[in-house]
Amino acid sequence: MSAKDRILAKLRGSLVGTTPVADDYDAGLLTEPWRYAADDRIARLRSMLEAVHGETQLTTQADWPQRALEALAARNIGELLVSPDTAHGQQLAAHVAASAAGLRLKAYHQPVEAWKEELFFRTPASLTGTLGGIAATGSLVLWPTPQEPRLMSLVPPLHIALLKASEVRDNLYELMHAQHWASGMPTNALLVSGPSKTADIQQTLAYGAHGPKELLVLILEDA
Amino acid sequence: MSAMTDVPAVPIAFKRNAREALADPQLRRNFRGAMDFLMDKRRVQFPDGDELERLRAFGNRVRARALSKLPELLERLDANLSRNGVKVHWAETVEEANAIVHRIVEQHAAKKVIKGKSMVSEEMEMNHYLGERGVDCLESDMGEFIVQLREEKPSHIIMPAIHLNVGQVASLFHDKLEVDYTEDVDRLIQIGRETLRRNFFEADIGVSGVNFAVAETGTLLLVENEGNGRMSTTVPPVHIAVTGIEKVVENLRDVIPLLSLLTRSATGQAITTYVNMISGPRKADELDGPQEVHLVLLDNGRSQAFADGELRQTLNCIRCGACMNHCPVYTRIGGHAYGTVYPGPIGKIVTPHMLGLDTTRDLPTASSMCGACGEVCPVKIPIPALLRRLREEAVRAPEAVPHHMRGQGSKYSKKEAMLWKAWRKLNTSPALYRAFSFAGTRLSALMPSNIGPWTEHRSAPKPAARSLHELAREHLGED
Repeated sequence: MSAKDRILAKLRGSLVGTTPVADDYDAGLLTEPWRYAADDRIARLRSMLEAVHGETQLTTQADWPQRALEALAARNIGELLVSPDTAHGQQLAAHVAASAAGLRLKAYHQPVEAWKEELFFRTPASLTGTLGGIAATGSLVLWPTPQEPRLMSLVPPLHIALLKASEVRDNLYELMHAQHWASGMPTNALLVSGPSKTADIQQTLAYGAHGPKELLVLILEDA
Repeated sequence: MSAMTDVPAVPIAFKRNAREALADPQLRRNFRGAMDFLMDKRRVQFPDGDELERLRAFGNRVRARALSKLPELLERLDANLSRNGVKVHWAETVEEANAIVHRIVEQHAAKKVIKGKSMVSEEMEMNHYLGERGVDCLESDMGEFIVQLREEKPSHIIMPAIHLNVGQVASLFHDKLEVDYTEDVDRLIQIGRETLRRNFFEADIGVSGVNFAVAETGTLLLVENEGNGRMSTTVPPVHIAVTGIEKVVENLRDVIPLLSLLTRSATGQAITTYVNMISGPRKADELDGPQEVHLVLLDNGRSQAFADGELRQTLNCIRCGACMNHCPVYTRIGGHAYGTVYPGPIGKIVTPHMLGLDTTRDLPTASSMCGACGEVCPVKIPIPALLRRLREEAVRAPEAVPHHMRGQGSKYSKKEAMLWKAWRKLNTSPALYRAFSFAGTRLSALMPSNIGPWTEHRSAPKPAARSLHELAREHLGED
């Protein structure tokens, strides 16, 4: 008998004569207290994100590239990791090409092993899309893809995330349900709620522990 | 089960540890401050008492449902993770779990392991085990990193370095990392970040724990704030997750109430910075993530707790630490005094299953039974009732009932059992009781002034001249 067989046999033996507990899932408890009027939804998301040092800006589909450029310029950042294979990456590239900004765009188009050193030490900022947001907790939903891999939203000190206002849901239950998560999960799914932080030294909150030191969320009101 | 030998168990020196901790004013200040902070943070997260109570009941039902079909869910988890490309391993003991991890390490000729936070790996003493075999294990959670630099163990399951203040961390970094002394917490964290950053991509293997394992989708869910958990599970070519067999939940949606209860109860956060859901290794077209993902499912005494309907509730635990934050004993003596990986109230009910009631015989009695732990537990584990039950198991007469708990009866004393028997007789027989109280009051002068441990810190009781019963009867004119 393997360890698995022995463990399962012990557990089964302990359940003899018992009946499984019924599934009386109370979705109302996870949704009713966390509902927001259409006008308040984005405000709630912003206030939750800002409470944990996330920066948010309301902008539009047309204007966000300029906002991103300004944010980078304000931080003296001359290089951005962004996918050339996404619609937003192409929009940004076009905007950069048309502007006088000397921003260098860099793609994550090889396996991480091939450029770890550069990713970790010479990539000051990244920009990715999101799959939506959650108002109740001020969270972004990311399902990393081959175009926007997992480390894009983790390693660079500044992460700029694009969020379509129409894709912000009230709570996690609603979002999971609407996006059919249970029918197929990706390799990695993430909820991101602010920049990386820790309170491990005498309960004093410090930002920029191991992940991004700053998170800037550009909210596209007309998308 | 090589750990179950006939060598007499050496009990943890809890009383000595507790005395030492109580005599350390710095430690007591650090814990008092930290516990007040965490209790306040939790309170703010639950402004609506009704919502809290309904959510606790919900969390309890979700955990109870998972445990009520545990073998089936574990098999489903195994099947779904395997389908997703994750290799699932099962271990009955920590020795087996360590051997599994070491085999993976050897297959990859790995020299360096980076760890996210994992209490199960502490339970396994994985760092020590791999260290003895020439493999470096580096902790990457800031608190764990600090504790490892001090060659200590975590003193809290959520905030491992909670026993230290900023000055102590500043001195540690100055001594061990050869940096300028600074008490600026931002600067200290940046020093930690810089020190650990290179280690993330130099590591051959990343190790993490698991907060919830979802049977339905084959998903491992991890919560964290720092990003070290995501680093450890994404950057190294191999990821090994280690967890207890009780961590499984049935459906993906089951994590929603548990997640809310966990982060709000633990650190008073609506949600942690990262909720990291891993369902497989890197796919052919993906550019990062580990090539291999392993899950080690560890029993280590959990199936013993599972065997008893009442004790099974121990396994509801979602490791939030709220019970320790609210415990008057933990707050005064800190985490190290328990001498176990899991300190505080939850440690007192879970550790006897891992180490045996003989080794842990003082833990179930290290409680004032104030009930705070049971009141705050987000999944409604009746911790005080379970402490009482373990006290009973510890003094149960040998073979009075078939042994199912390791170390059961280790505190049994024939003399004490007889005394209690006599006490019961005395209190259930009116004639005997009257004779006893008559003798006790009339012969009170014979009361010795030294009655063992009682009079070490108190004066001896002085029986009154007449018993309460007598006075009451006289008052009612029944004499």
